[in-house]
Amino acid sequence: MSLREFLHMSGYAGYVWTAYGLTALVLLANWWAARRIEAEQNVSARRRMTTDKENRT
Amino acid sequence: MDYQQKDAFRILYVHAPSAWMSMFTYVMMAVAAGIGLIWRIKLAHAAAAAAAPIGASFTFLALATGSIWGKPMWGTWWVWDARLTSELILLFLYLGYMALRSSFDDPQRADRASAVLAIVGVINVPIIHYSVEWWSTLHQPASVTKFDRPSIDIAMLIPLFIMIAGFQLYFGWALCRRLRGEILRRERNATWLKEVS
Repeated sequence: MSLREFLHMSGYAGYVWTAYGLTALVLLANWWAARRIEAEQNVSARRRMTTDKENRT
Repeated sequence: MDYQQKDAFRILYVHAPSAWMSMFTYVMMAVAAGIGLIWRIKLAHAAAAAAAPIGASFTFLALATGSIWGKPMWGTWWVWDARLTSELILLFLYLGYMALRSSFDDPQRADRASAVLAIVGVINVPIIHYSVEWWSTLHQPASVTKFDRPSIDIAMLIPLFIMIAGFQLYFGWALCRRLRGEILRRERNATWLKEVS
């Protein structure tokens, strides 16, 4: 199979590559969302700790 | 039949793993919610909460790739048959679970209420699996998860299993990432968090 045939997908290129692209996009979005949530919670937890310390002194 | 599909059958390798993971994740979520409900384990509730958005994304993928596959093969993006409708209900179960969680301010009440929903909703998973046998449908019957030999060629079966294993590993990893954020959110006032920081 040549690269051209591979990309052409016997005429179903639009369907096949859209399905694979969408899958890649969703898997990446999941990773990105998890990272963002973790970072947000990290920041808010640290902020709480510093204000707690300030209140005690 | 598969040779008639030409290269469109390759959508199978993203569609079937997504569909499998959408059900696997739901069962895992319901089991975790059940453990949390019965033994009052906070971490189990956290795991269920972390699994829900990932499961919803797999369900979306299964529906979307199925639709993209359905257009050239069945001539339509969507039909209201048993398999597609029950998978759509699964997506609504995930979204309902997430919405129910976020409607409570008290995390413990959110845990308990959403756990009940998750457990009741698990009845939908066998319905999805057997829908192709119980009702007449455009969707093809199971070709891998059968008790006798799979009716799919070995040359297609091996890459399919590799893809499923990949999706499964991805889920494990994504769940751990989500769980870290979820634990941080729940334990923000805990003393152990101050000690480890």
